[in-house]
Amino acid sequence: MAQSHRLSDGGRIDREQPLGFTFNGKSYQGYAGDTLASALLANGVMLVGRSFKYHRPRGILSAGVEETNAPVQLETGPRTEPNLPATEIELYDGLSAASVNCWPSVEIDAMEVNDLLSRLMPAAFYYKTFMWPARFWMSYEKAIRQAAGLGTTPVHRDPDRYDKMHLHCDVLVAGGGPAGLAAALAAGRTGARVVIAEQQAEFGGALLGERDEIDGAPAIEWVAAALAELAAMPEVRLLPRTTVFGYYDHNFVALLEHRGDTVGTRKRLWKVRVKQTVLATGAIERPLVFADNDRPGIMLAGAARTYANRFAVTPGRRAVIFTNNDDAYRTALDLKAAGVEVACVVDLRGDPDGDLPDRADAQGIEVLGGWAVTAVHGRKRVNAVEVMALDASGEAVDGEPRRIDCDLVCVSGGWNPTLHLFSQSGGRARFDAARSLFVPGDSMQAECSVGAANGTFGLASCLTEGHEAGAAAAAGAGRRRSQKRISVPRVAETVEGAWRNLWVVPGKHPVGRRAKHFVDLHNDVTAADIQLSAREGYESVEHTKRYTTLGMGPDQGKTSNIAGLAILARERGADIPDVGTTTFRPPYTPVTFGALAGRDIGPLADPVRRTPMHHWHERAGAVFEDVGQWKRPRYYHRPSETMGDAVDRECLAARNSVAILDASTLGKIDIQGPDAAELLNRVYTNAWDALAVDRCRYGLMLGEDGMVMDDGVTARLGENRYLMTTTTGNAARVMGWLEEWLQTEWPELKVHLTSVTEQWATVTLSGPHARRLLGAFTTDIDLDAKAFPFMSLRQGTVAGIPARVFRISFTGESSFEINVPAGYGLALWTALMGAGEKYGITPYGTEAMHVLRAEKGFIIVGQETDGTVTPVDLGMDWVLSKKKDFIGKRSLDRADCQRLDRKQLVGLLTEDPNSVLPEGAQIVSELRDKPPMPMIGHVTSSYFSANLGRSIALALVKDGRARQGQTVHVPLDDRTPRAVIADPAFYDPEGDRLHG
Amino acid sequence: MLLISCPWCGARDETEFSCGGEAHIARPADPNALSDAEWADYLFMRKNTRGPYLERWVHTAGCRRWFNVARDTVTNEITAVYKMGAKPPRARAKASRRKR
Repeated sequence: MAQSHRLSDGGRIDREQPLGFTFNGKSYQGYAGDTLASALLANGVMLVGRSFKYHRPRGILSAGVEETNAPVQLETGPRTEPNLPATEIELYDGLSAASVNCWPSVEIDAMEVNDLLSRLMPAAFYYKTFMWPARFWMSYEKAIRQAAGLGTTPVHRDPDRYDKMHLHCDVLVAGGGPAGLAAALAAGRTGARVVIAEQQAEFGGALLGERDEIDGAPAIEWVAAALAELAAMPEVRLLPRTTVFGYYDHNFVALLEHRGDTVGTRKRLWKVRVKQTVLATGAIERPLVFADNDRPGIMLAGAARTYANRFAVTPGRRAVIFTNNDDAYRTALDLKAAGVEVACVVDLRGDPDGDLPDRADAQGIEVLGGWAVTAVHGRKRVNAVEVMALDASGEAVDGEPRRIDCDLVCVSGGWNPTLHLFSQSGGRARFDAARSLFVPGDSMQAECSVGAANGTFGLASCLTEGHEAGAAAAAGAGRRRSQKRISVPRVAETVEGAWRNLWVVPGKHPVGRRAKHFVDLHNDVTAADIQLSAREGYESVEHTKRYTTLGMGPDQGKTSNIAGLAILARERGADIPDVGTTTFRPPYTPVTFGALAGRDIGPLADPVRRTPMHHWHERAGAVFEDVGQWKRPRYYHRPSETMGDAVDRECLAARNSVAILDASTLGKIDIQGPDAAELLNRVYTNAWDALAVDRCRYGLMLGEDGMVMDDGVTARLGENRYLMTTTTGNAARVMGWLEEWLQTEWPELKVHLTSVTEQWATVTLSGPHARRLLGAFTTDIDLDAKAFPFMSLRQGTVAGIPARVFRISFTGESSFEINVPAGYGLALWTALMGAGEKYGITPYGTEAMHVLRAEKGFIIVGQETDGTVTPVDLGMDWVLSKKKDFIGKRSLDRADCQRLDRKQLVGLLTEDPNSVLPEGAQIVSELRDKPPMPMIGHVTSSYFSANLGRSIALALVKDGRARQGQTVHVPLDDRTPRAVIADPAFYDPEGDRLHG
Repeated sequence: MLLISCPWCGARDETEFSCGGEAHIARPADPNALSDAEWADYLFMRKNTRGPYLERWVHTAGCRRWFNVARDTVTNEITAVYKMGAKPPRARAKASRRKR
């Protein structure tokens, strides 16, 4: 298919490489070097989308990241990406894209009715209208989101790979235009390690789209020479297709590199620690705010000549240039050279007289000085404009309108330095009142802005500034200045006149009547909306922004920011800097989550820790649960069993025969040194001086606020050596806690801590046959209850393996906890399983463990406790030493900890023994017809206990111990079971079985 | 992301460290001698300084040592790094030290 708007020669596209693509289902052809936007324009496609709120037809506005009108959905299926600006998509063969925010099509959009109803839909319409009644918001929201949504996110797993790169460099140059290249050259020549990032595929920046000359030759030749020189420098890294999107503390800078489909990694996130940054991020052209300034065919003037010069595309056949500055005359000249008929230049200034207007005049281009565009004709494409003469003040128009036929309006309101990265670095923009633009103020980090980003717009000055900044940055990074004389290339300077800033161009009708004056094209925010927000009292731009959504789209107001500020300032009678400047936050352009995640997804998202017996558990049908990073068997599933059946079977075995648990995940800290006991005294609530060697003691650890933090058994292995166990999930935290106290408060204590969690495998045998089973495996440990009493340990051999055996119990049964070096864990486990067969040995998981300990009323830290529970609340006063200080002790005396109505740990027995309460359920003492009812507590643990033949629960209840025997209610969605408050120890409260 | 010079390992990214809050708050020698209000002050009250601030950091994913940092909370500039038990650098001391 012919490219109707493509020039026969020129441009930086490769006519030898035609590329086929589809847009909204139609097939087109472009060339290598095109963007999707330039290829669409080459095919005469201007209408590309519908606006966010009013669904007005929109055309391509720009040729860069600032694009507001052409967000497209790129590709379909798992690789689909929403809301990418067509101006930023490099064309490739087979590309497929579609407009967003239109239904059924971009040509006919049902929601365009919003445009007709717009008088009824002012700024904040949704806030005001759908606030009442509040409970309807949920249903309103669905419909509104449907109507206002842009693209759609992929629903499939991303098939692509992303990488993260880490780098240190002397000088980072953000932006590969003339100033950036000059800076990189100057820095590179000193031997500095330089990274230069350019967001587009090709370096050169604005030079790619201009007809400038450097050293008497086309500027692009200078670019090619600069790139060749940089590429030859071993310490210089050129990163095309790479956007510097984030500037963080201490010169930490984040870059996103687009790599395409051919290299295996679609995008790379670069994290760069920079000594000196040069910000050569260029400038973004300001649109003008005038009546119906959003019609397809209205384009930024700089973009129009970029399409002509760089892409050999004529965006229209007959153009009107509408400007407040000299720069747009370049567009008039370039379009004319490209064969576009230039109807006239409409200049807001009365007497344009710079070099460029003179050149236009010499070319016979009509210039209407002191005129304005007051109306735009054509809905899906401009077909004419009306222009009128401004009066002396510039506040109104005079005389008769003149109609000029055209299909392209190139607008320019001047240029804004791209301050985003400067702002992110902590710098505050300075308002240059003479030119009405924000420029970088003082640097807060080691950075420097150059060229257009610094408000320096002339090419010659950009090159000089770039060279100087690059050399200074290298010197600042500690590099010696190059001995070679740096010659700054020669460029003929063009004298340009001042701009005339009319923030809202006057027209036949007042603003807000008959036509719309768009400020933020992306979010459909008009000048009238901003004026309304000012009238309604929104004085700061930050408030106006949230009220009107000004600058809040994916483009982040790159084209609308300054006009929005200026209109608000004018409405308030204030100066522009007094209404505030927007603080730019990362990212500069949207960053896909894939790049941020990199390869840290799926199994690599978080480390997985497995015990030495893990594969045995897998083969035995274990269903695993995550406890911290550990995989622990939750229960062992047998065919035809439910989870409840399995847990019942495992629980019964522990009390009636013998059951075996992999407890290797418990945290273990080896504590050594003459002050080890003193450390324990300070961090545990009970006293440790009297603990004999080979004995164990339960310890409770509190935070300094008196709340339970962790618990576990600590054993004394020798004179100055203890082994502390912690809960599985808290092992690292407890280690850190002890280290913190030792290093920061008690450096005088002679204690060393070593985490030995992974060095030992732990196998727990519980139940009446545990002793007999273990007896077959050891000759050097006397297992008799008198010789080896509860809460003691023995060292010897088990199954020929060196072992530490502890008589401790979390099930309430006579138990042996056998610790062997981790490498022997599986051997021990399989030996015990083999010999235990005759006793019906049953492996059990964490679920059965939880039930068994709940039957005993033992707490689990993190289940019965939540950071607001004291030992007294748990009825564990017995573990609190009265004689010594310990962490958290003083807090237990605080008034709040002494309150009588604190929640206390109790047992709950449902009236219906088969009714298992959900954990977290709220408890009330007095049942009412409907909420609210005073809630006196909540269920913390709840199970069906096969051993007791009924349901049991633990709960925290206000003043619970005094309520023993009382009946309470547990209102649920579908029922309200009654339960009786009981002692939390349901099974063997005297503990006879433990000691047996 | 801050670049923090661990006194033991050298300059490393912030992600290797954890912040332990305000520095130079000693645990009272005899907590029982304190009123509830004094104890609460030790326990809960921390300065929220705008400007130079002394705080504790630990090189969690490195040597696991605790140390002190003088950091400006506005600019995030780190002006000093010093070991536990060392006195704060004099110029910064006044801003953040609290008597107990």
